[in-house]
Amino acid sequence: MCLGIPGQIVEIIDPADHRATVDVDGVRREVNVGLVMGDAGGIKVGDWVLIHVGFAMTKIDEEEAASTLDFIKQLGSIYDDEIRDFSAEAPL
Amino acid sequence: MTEGPGDEVPGRTGSGDTQPGLPASPDRSDYSHEDEVLERIEAWRRRRPKLKDEFINSAHGAGGKASAALIDAVFLEAFRNKSLETMADGAVLELPSGERLAFSTDGYVVKPRRFPGGSVGDLAVNGTVNDLAMMGAVPQWISAGFIIEDGFSITELRDLVADMAAAALRAGVQIVTGDTKVVNKGACDGVYITTAGVGVIPAHVRLDAKSVRPGDKVIVSGKIGDHGVAVLIARGDLALEADIPTDSAPLGELVEHLLAAAPNTRFLRDPTRGGVATVLNELAREAEVAVVMQESALPIRNIVNGACEILGIDPLYVANEGKLVAVVPAEETEAALAAMQAHPFGVDAAVIGEIRDDPPGIVLLNTVFGGNRIVDMLVGDPLPRIC
Amino acid sequence: MKFVDEYRDPAAARQILAHINELAQGSHYKFMEVCGGHTHTIYKHGIENVLPETVELVHGPGCPVCVIPMGRVDDAIAVAETPGVIFTSFGDMMRVPGGNGNLLEAKARGADVRMVYSPLDALRIAVANPDKQVVFFAVGFETTAPSTAVTVMKAMQKGITNFSLFCNHVTIVPPLKAILDSPDLRLNGFLGPGHVSTVIGNRPYRFVPEKYGLPLVTAGFEPLDILQAILMLLRQIDEGRCEVENQYTRAVPEHGNPKALEILNEVFELRPHFEWRGLGFISQSALKLREKYAPWDAELRFSVPGVRVADPKACQCGEVLKGVIKPWECKVFGTACTPETPIGTCMVSSEGACAAYYNYGRFTKHTTVPVELGRTPQPV
Repeated sequence: MCLGIPGQIVEIIDPADHRATVDVDGVRREVNVGLVMGDAGGIKVGDWVLIHVGFAMTKIDEEEAASTLDFIKQLGSIYDDEIRDFSAEAPL
Repeated sequence: MTEGPGDEVPGRTGSGDTQPGLPASPDRSDYSHEDEVLERIEAWRRRRPKLKDEFINSAHGAGGKASAALIDAVFLEAFRNKSLETMADGAVLELPSGERLAFSTDGYVVKPRRFPGGSVGDLAVNGTVNDLAMMGAVPQWISAGFIIEDGFSITELRDLVADMAAAALRAGVQIVTGDTKVVNKGACDGVYITTAGVGVIPAHVRLDAKSVRPGDKVIVSGKIGDHGVAVLIARGDLALEADIPTDSAPLGELVEHLLAAAPNTRFLRDPTRGGVATVLNELAREAEVAVVMQESALPIRNIVNGACEILGIDPLYVANEGKLVAVVPAEETEAALAAMQAHPFGVDAAVIGEIRDDPPGIVLLNTVFGGNRIVDMLVGDPLPRIC
Repeated sequence: MKFVDEYRDPAAARQILAHINELAQGSHYKFMEVCGGHTHTIYKHGIENVLPETVELVHGPGCPVCVIPMGRVDDAIAVAETPGVIFTSFGDMMRVPGGNGNLLEAKARGADVRMVYSPLDALRIAVANPDKQVVFFAVGFETTAPSTAVTVMKAMQKGITNFSLFCNHVTIVPPLKAILDSPDLRLNGFLGPGHVSTVIGNRPYRFVPEKYGLPLVTAGFEPLDILQAILMLLRQIDEGRCEVENQYTRAVPEHGNPKALEILNEVFELRPHFEWRGLGFISQSALKLREKYAPWDAELRFSVPGVRVADPKACQCGEVLKGVIKPWECKVFGTACTPETPIGTCMVSSEGACAAYYNYGRFTKHTTVPVELGRTPQPV
């Protein structure tokens, strides 16, 4: 069951009841953050979480996100010539 | 992925298992068994839609395959005549004088009756005005029938009617006749409005799906998905908050400007229920062409896109109430866009695709990512998913 | 959208593809993605069209909606049609047919069936309707089960007694084992289910390389995630490695979510066995409420027919699920078996392999020639 969307916490409504408001591109919804409250650092406004059926499942690790993208960009820089050649032969 | 003899390559692990050789046709090297199967399926799909249901369900109202089956099996079958069979947004009627009238009708039952940016009153006028405009007519006269539940608030009725009056003024039409019925409590949900409209089609206007040609461009008049998402959110069950008003608007004037700038416009339709995807599928079928869209060109507000992502709905299938899809010849595209972008209801008009000849009857989308997929006819209402 | 758009960048895709192409030459690779969400992404973005012909994706059984047997849907409908019941369900399940139609049709016949986005919405409906019995149709893998568990715990905490669950949660490891144990299976590796892994972590998949000698890479759900995961699988094979790797590091912690696991364990226990449509009975593969939470178990509160309904004989879903045949090679594909009239699990929800191919993948061998767009709107 997989539809998980990244959203940003914009308000903690009730920490005891684990209720927070999350924003996805301007759309807001109340979510339950009970599953992620225990994470190191807790949950605070500005954090990014993965939302699934009204619950935050995990905090999105922004550093890891950046390093995933960096890895991909690095692939490019090392093999620039070969990619140019490849693209010339077989257009996407 | 084509597989067949010749595709078996010695592999490292377990690749010697490809299917027992399904012979590829020797004459067309790229025509495979898969293509044969797909053609067989298309032939099957083109059969007259069969209605197997004994009872109506919500899929019959969604504008997709189930609706088509219902209309064909129940209504067309009984009422059969040439005007009806064209199955456009409305009927084109030729007067003895040679003038043509466009005549259209629609029922409005949306819940909630009031949503950000408008009400069922606005839809009731704009919806019929737009159906007439899509036939190239200048909308002029509207009738309005009301079925009202015993106990309905007259204040609310006044508000809806005020919305209709304002919409009519904006659209340049007059509500010239109507009817009211009151039914018992529970026999209808508040109020149901039916409007019908008449307009004159200028002599030089010839819009016909069958005139669409490979090379023509597909234009949408603005950002998609607003209305359907606005209403879904307004219903409240999904507990989403978002500033998304309906886009309900009368398009008569926009169409006039478009047709003046691009007189050889082939086809117009407003993507209401079922969205842009449904309109393009209908077009592909009627004209027997392929429609290829470019996902990166689809105009959509970020917030509408966000709502669709959360709910797992595809914006291409979401209803719009103030937009049109136009197919214009390639050489008239610039002029068409300029005319639309100069009008308040067309500022975000954009080319989203083009017509090709193959595969006929199919709508394809080139994805942002560089791949492609088909955009098929809807089965029923787009339901939010969690998977 | 942040954390989404960056992972859809076609230029970055070309870079990864260059490497994939290099590594995938001279051999044929079949990788299975287990999770229905991956199948959906693959088709939605047309990923198979950009991969080289030597890399083939096989769509596995990770669709928790598709695998619910028809008999269980009939049970759900029986509960929904009980007077005084408000039956709540995710959208995905509404059109899945049982032996006698689906929930939407039951709704048309007068049952109070309501679609919810979250199990907490169902609980709210229970609070708002104290004179009704509210039942929630709980489906999903370990991604969704913790949310159901929290909801049940809240029901207990707040003393909400007019709420119960019809529990059909399943777990990911048993069907994975079942697939791996089938004799006619030929695979070179797996794309692991990214969101299930946010809960269970990566360790549960170790048996895949250790016992079956196949690499597994836990993957995210955007196109670049999938391509990167495929590259990681190819690299493992190229370098002679065979292990569990994590591509989805931004969302999947190595050990998963201990809190979620704790809650799962508190509320649920494993059923001895459960029937999976297309795969048959699999032991210890599904969840039910523990004794402590029995008062919230709809199967105990309501009587359900519990009749087993077999798939029609023409159904070849088992073969499709294992990648032995492609959807279009099934004898009834597209004719007797369509998304509106599904015969088996693979066609039943939009992520089953056959439904995904039918709805998105037909005719896509036609090359992706871009459309010339012309003038763009002036910024307003």
